[in-house]
Amino acid sequence: MTAIEIPSPAQAPTTQERAHRVFAFTSRWRWEEVAFWLAAVISIVVFPTHLVLIAQVLITGLFALSFDLLVGYAGIPSLGHAAFFGIGAYTAGLLARGGWTEPISGLIIAGIVAGIAGLILSVVVSRLTGIALIMITLGVGQFFYEAAHSARGITGGDDGLSGINIAPIFGRFPFDFYGHTAVIYTLVVVFLLYLVARRIVNSPFGLELKGIRENVRRVPAIGVPLRNRYMVAFTVAASLAGVAGALLGQITQTVALSSLDFNRSAAALIIVMIGGMGTLIGALVGAAAYMVAQDRLADLNPVYWNFWVGLMLVLFVLFARGGLIGGVDRLLAWVRAKRNKA
Amino acid sequence: MNGPGDALATVELCKNFGALRVLREINFTLPHGCRHALIGPNGSGKTTLINVIGGALAPTSGKIVLEGEDITALTADQRVLRGLTRTFQINTLFPRLTPIEAVTMVVCQRRGIGASLWRSLKHSHDAIDEAYEILTQLHLAEDCDRPTAQLAYGRQRLLEIALALAARPKVLLLDEPAAGVPQQQSGEILHVISSLPDDIAVLFIEHDIDLVFRFAERITVLVAGRILCEGTPAEIAADPEVRRIYLGDEVHA
Repeated sequence: MTAIEIPSPAQAPTTQERAHRVFAFTSRWRWEEVAFWLAAVISIVVFPTHLVLIAQVLITGLFALSFDLLVGYAGIPSLGHAAFFGIGAYTAGLLARGGWTEPISGLIIAGIVAGIAGLILSVVVSRLTGIALIMITLGVGQFFYEAAHSARGITGGDDGLSGINIAPIFGRFPFDFYGHTAVIYTLVVVFLLYLVARRIVNSPFGLELKGIRENVRRVPAIGVPLRNRYMVAFTVAASLAGVAGALLGQITQTVALSSLDFNRSAAALIIVMIGGMGTLIGALVGAAAYMVAQDRLADLNPVYWNFWVGLMLVLFVLFARGGLIGGVDRLLAWVRAKRNKA
Repeated sequence: MNGPGDALATVELCKNFGALRVLREINFTLPHGCRHALIGPNGSGKTTLINVIGGALAPTSGKIVLEGEDITALTADQRVLRGLTRTFQINTLFPRLTPIEAVTMVVCQRRGIGASLWRSLKHSHDAIDEAYEILTQLHLAEDCDRPTAQLAYGRQRLLEIALALAARPKVLLLDEPAAGVPQQQSGEILHVISSLPDDIAVLFIEHDIDLVFRFAERITVLVAGRILCEGTPAEIAADPEVRRIYLGDEVHA
């Protein structure tokens, strides 16, 4: 380590240094990220009776994060993302049913199966844009839902799959009744995949995804094969969603038909809007806000909680476009500006 | 016609939109390093020709040849990798990206690392330095870390060219590079264009006849989708038909 140099005003950074700093700044660890993961760890200790909720927040967060890669980074809209969550969940459930009870390989296989499904779909999807693209994803989501609904023999139809047995992790840590193993397993898996997603968005590929989002017309004119990038983005997002579904199946030891539900696709969109699109951490913060609010509001009034979710969404879209993360950033900028003035 | 000395050639190139024949049998060659202007009244098919050559539109018939190789069947992005790049008449930029990000994206793509999901962009110092170098050439170094949407319009026009140059083209298609820039401020853009490396062949559309006659070594006049005539600026200026159809209108306007 070299000594820390304290920059004086006379040594303002050169423009070239500023160029490099753009990339360092974009990929920096934001304090919201540190805060979220610390809070996740602390909440496990502080709220031992809410471990199931914490694990579900993390899983929904991972699902929303995979959706953010598509929508927030690449600008590819989708209303059928739950298909991949469900494919992952059923894959993990059926594997365990068939005797493959080792959890980690189960997750990997579920991720690969969902990724392959994403790749196949992306061949069609990558030819489309706009409303046609949204309609296709919506249709595909419904297709998988109804397919699972009618294939009773395999999926259990309405009843789903239950009583799934999962072997202890590394053969040593069994899934206990209180959910200790489940929540720590979920935390570790989601955190590792968060690091992977972070790495991807800060790669040249990630930059091209932002380019596609910012101006899809220019991208081919600078040499980027658009269809290929769509396909890779779709495959990666599908695969991450599949792992999220598999996690839920494994820790709840059930797979419900609702894992394929349209509501889940819509929730991903709502969560990313609330949290802040194109930030990754916004998906996790948004999932926490959404699910905790759902939990509280459903306690108050189990029928009308969706009213409050709807109201929250409208307010966010009208007044806080960047979601929670964007709002916090603006607040901080305001505070900093005030302090500089004083 | 299209000998090995030509960077770009089109052979009997036609483009129809339904019954409308926008380009008719365009035979055109662009030698290496040439500065070639494409002029013509509005609606004569200039931008369509750029779109067809660049690959944004498929021709109805005919061939496009880049350095002796038929590229008609290639997509726009494949043409870029072979050395054919274009700019847009209306800014087609990345509003929320900074110029250094946008140009680094092009550099990474050209270097073949654009598809890399695992490489750290922050540590790709060579690519960033190369992008910075290009921005410096285009007088954009000072603005390199500001979001594109915040740049003045003239700066955005320069970034249009920077993005195309970052692909290290052999043939550069400029669609009205100074469009919309007030005449007092267009000097910087013209300076940039005139100091482009000699080995790049440039085909540019321009409405300002003064500019065309200052920079072009050769001029093609397009009227109603057809090449009316082609020649040196002096020849074009002397051509009675051009004067009547094109330059004459300008005088009266």
